[in-house]
Formats: sequence, structure tokens, C-alpha cells
Amino acid sequence: MSATQVPTSNPSDSLAARILARRHRFQWWETLPWIVALGFYFVFPRYLGFGTELLITVLFAISLDLALGYAGIITLGHAAFFGAGAYTVGILAKHEIWTEPISGLVIAAVVAGVIGLLSGLVLLRTTGLTLLMLTLCTMGLLEEIANMASEVTGGFDGLDSLPIKPIFGKFEFDVLYSSTQYLYVLGALLVCFIFVRILVYSPYGHSLTGIRENTLRMHAIGAPVRARLVTCYAISAALAGVAGALWAQANAYVNLSTLGLDRAATVMIILVLGGYGRLYGSIVGAIAYMALSHFLSKAYPTAWQLGLGVLLVVIALFARGGILGIADQLKGWLGRRKEQNPS
Amino acid sequence: MVLGGLAAGMVLFIVSVGLSVTMGLMGFVNLAHGGFAMIGGYVIVLAMNRLGIPFVPALALGFIVVAAISAVFERLLYSRLYRAPELDQVLFTIGLAFIMTASVLLTVGPESQPLTLPASMQGQLNLGFMTYRTYSIVLIVVGVVIMLALWLGFERTRMGAQIRAAVDNRRMAESLGINITRLFTITFAFGSGMAALGGGLGAEFLGLDPQYPLKYLVMFLIVVAVGGLGRITGVFYAALIIGVVDFTLKKYLPQGGTVFIYAMTILLLLWRPQGLFGRSV
Repeated sequence: MSATQVPTSNPSDSLAARILARRHRFQWWETLPWIVALGFYFVFPRYLGFGTELLITVLFAISLDLALGYAGIITLGHAAFFGAGAYTVGILAKHEIWTEPISGLVIAAVVAGVIGLLSGLVLLRTTGLTLLMLTLCTMGLLEEIANMASEVTGGFDGLDSLPIKPIFGKFEFDVLYSSTQYLYVLGALLVCFIFVRILVYSPYGHSLTGIRENTLRMHAIGAPVRARLVTCYAISAALAGVAGALWAQANAYVNLSTLGLDRAATVMIILVLGGYGRLYGSIVGAIAYMALSHFLSKAYPTAWQLGLGVLLVVIALFARGGILGIADQLKGWLGRRKEQNPS
Repeated sequence: MVLGGLAAGMVLFIVSVGLSVTMGLMGFVNLAHGGFAMIGGYVIVLAMNRLGIPFVPALALGFIVVAAISAVFERLLYSRLYRAPELDQVLFTIGLAFIMTASVLLTVGPESQPLTLPASMQGQLNLGFMTYRTYSIVLIVVGVVIMLALWLGFERTRMGAQIRAAVDNRRMAESLGINITRLFTITFAFGSGMAALGGGLGAEFLGLDPQYPLKYLVMFLIVVAVGGLGRITGVFYAALIIGVVDFTLKKYLPQGGTVFIYAMTILLLLWRPQGLFGRSV
């Protein structure tokens, strides 16, 4: 739509148009997480292993956000793609077929994306409970296959001491001191984040939101609903595959935990904790969850699980937008108060 | 051989039937259902081991306690989410399952609880043409009786007709003057009570530990999805099929058994999304 078509005579229309146009524009605070992430590298050199894990979790949560938050595909089996990516890197490295890390990420993304595309083509015919079950079963199927094909995947023990080549032939991965991993993962996360940010604010991204909000109406206006859902699912799977590949490279091992229900449930909790369908929810949620679990889960594992349960119940009942949703509400509330008594 | 699978299937049926009816009736994705089965199992086993209550009264006690707890939960918490998006229901019930696991860990402890069957149910039973474990026979008989009772209750009583009406068309049922809220609470409590019963009856071979709710969740969900929502006979057949298949595969093909179950479920749900015995929408 060109600018001349917007009726400028009506002030409310132009306001709405301006807000809509402004929504996707880059804002100054969006650089903050990246500055903080870089600062973390210099301030806490001893916690870089934890930091690497956190960044990978953020990427995984973002990939789920695309499918669950934007397109509204309710999946309990997203770890299937994380595991697919991790196992791709692991198998290729262990059998000395491919050990270069960056192209390894691309291969992992392609493998996970293809699995996502193929499974999406059949799974996304269904909705609701059936879809939930199918995603769960697909993940279970992959997990069992990884468990059984022990000659290739290492079975229950997984594959360890993976030989990963240095990045650009220069920077070595050190499992004990993860400074290289941290920067490498941060770079990968930045690239993926920019890609997702462009994607969700594009017309394509808006059509996904439309499908989430009202599938029937999107059908009625002629949007190719299923094609959109399937491609979105495949892209989301590819990103999850990248996250899994990064995990395998950074830890130099891969095991069945990458494919389990635990991982799938955790990433879902993280996303909902931060607020889904908001891009930055993944970052906020991952930081809140990982920091809490890092300090609490080892000291009080039972209380941690109890607290997590209570948190989930409270979010589902009272705070559907997660932490960012609460922040938004507070902002709106403060704004209204200012309007009422402008003192 | 097949009898062992049938016995396992009966337990699956008893636990899952409540899940199927509540999901069909209320459209509620209840992932905490396994938690109710676990709590029931704990009440039953602890009542037997610590208070010395015999097996059958303990089962009744477990049923009543869990039905009461779940009725309170339903009124206070579940009812707020009936119209909420599926995602909220999933989160809420996963959270509830976590809370249940953690509470059991805190109050009872992480170790698995053994169930000692009464002497009359141990050992072998001679059926004339073959001998078999008495407890498996007991489970099969109990399962068939429960199935028949539920089926009669569902098809022949006023309450059952109301539930069926509400499953098929909630709005219409409501406008006919059926008290849906009360119906929901009663059905939910009854379904959870059945789960408790199944938790106790199955504790002997499924085991009973704090990880129970999530460990068997997929199994219960598969039974419901295959059997169809809100269909008692469907859940019965699905539970038997899965029980027998699972049991047989575990014996002959211990490695690949689960793969087969998952693959079967995926294919079946793609062929009939409403389940094997569900009515098409």
C-alpha cells in the first residue's frame, strides 16, 4: 500500500498507520542484550560455559517461538529437531566425515529442516490433541531410533570427544574453558536472531500471526494456510537444528538427552516464562530460568521442581504473557495513571 | 502370554478412561491425569503398608480420596481454564504434574513403593486348560466388570445420557437445562478416581515412584488418542490392543518395541485423526 492511499484527514487512522509502521523499526534498546552478552564475556570469564549453554537455550527458545508463539502450532516435540541437529554434527564428526564447524551448522540446519518439512507436511493436517500427540510420538520415535542404532549414534551412552576443527582454522574449541565457544555461539545467535526478526515482521510473519489468531478467516481471505504453517515449521525446525548443532560442538558430545521430553518441556517453559510471540521473550525467559535453575536446582532439586510447577500454574492462570507480558501491563497501567492525573 | 498383555491393557484402560471422558467432555488437555493415578497409588500402597488396611478397602479409599482432591482442583483451578487456549491448559497441567511429583518427593521420599498383594491373589491359578498368575486373572476380571459397568452407566442411565449429550453438543445440552458445571465436576472427580484405582491396581507391575506422572503420560495419551475422545468402548479396545502389543514386543523384541508403538500411533492418527473408534467430526 502506498502512502497516498492512507487518508491523512482522519487523525486516528494516521496514528494507527504510524504505530503499525513503527512497530518493526529498530529501537535503541534492542542493542542492549548484545552489549550485555559481550560484557559478560569480559566480566565473568569463569562462567563462560554457563553463558554458552544460556545462549544456545535462547536460540532454541527463539526457534520454538516462531512455531508456537507466532504460528500457534502447539508442539511438545520440538527437541526432536534440536536432537536431529546435534546428532547430525555428532555422527559426522565421530566418523570423521565432516568436522568443520560452520558448514557443520549449515548441514545440521538442512537435516533438521528437512525432517521438519517432511513431518510438518503430514502432522500439520491435524490440530489440537492429535497434533500434540503426533509431535510427541515423532520425538519419541527419533529418540528410540537414536537409542537403537547404537553403532552409528552410540546408543544410550551417546558420542563423546567429538573432533571439531578450529573455527576458520585458527580458534580452537576448549571443552574446559569455553571462551571460543561463547563468542562463536554468540555470533551464530546474532545471525539467526536477525533472520527471525526480519521474518516475523515481514508480510509472511504477519500472515503467521493471522493464522494463529483466526485460521478460518485466513482461509477465507485466500491465504495459503497449510503452506505457510509447513514452511514455518520447517524453518523453526532448522533453527532448532542449529541450536542442537551448537550444543554438540560446544560440549564435544551428544547423547539421548538432546531428544527427550525433558528438553522439549524445558524450552517450552522458558518461552512461556519470558512471554511467547514476542521475540524477546525467549531471551528474558532463558536468562530468568537458567539463572534460577543454576543456583537453585543443585541446592534444592525438589523445591526447584515444586517452584517450577507453581510458576507454570500461576502463569497459565494469571499471567499469560509471561514476564514481558507483566512488564507491558505495568507500562500500560503507569501510562494510564499519568494520563489521568498529569501532575 | 497374551493374558499378561491383557492384564496390562486392563490397567491402561482403567487409568485412561477418565482421561478420555474428561478430554472429550470438556475439551481439556489434562496432562496431570497420570498425577492423579500416582496419588491414588500412593494412598493405596501407604494405607496398606503403614496403616495395615487390606487391599480392597484401600482401593476404595484411594478412589474416594483422589476423587475428593480432584473435585476441589476442578472447581478452584481447572474450571477457570475451560475456555482458555490449549497452550494454557497444557502449561497448567504440566505444572500441576510437577507439583504432584515434588509433593510426593517431599512427603514420602524418592524411593519406589512396593505393593504387597494379599495372599489370595498371589501365586498361580489353575484354569483347567492352563495355569496362570492369579493377579493377572483378577485384573482381567476386574477390568471387564468395570468396562461393563461403565458402559451400562454411560448408555443406560440418565447421567450417562447427559454426559453423552454434553460431549456431542455442549451448547444444546446446556440449553436443555442440563447443569453442565455440576456434570463436569462429577465426571472429572469420577475419572480421577478411576485413575487412582488404576494406579493402585497397576502398581504391582508399573511400579510406583514420584516420576510416574510423566513416565507413563505418553502411554495414557496414546491410548486416549487411539481410542477416540469420550468413547468408553474405544478406549477399552485401544488399551487392550496397546497392552498386548506392548507386552508381546517387550518380550520378543526388547529393543524396538517402543518404536513400533510410536510408529503405529503416528500412522493410525494420520489415517484417522479422531482415533480408531472415535466418531468423525
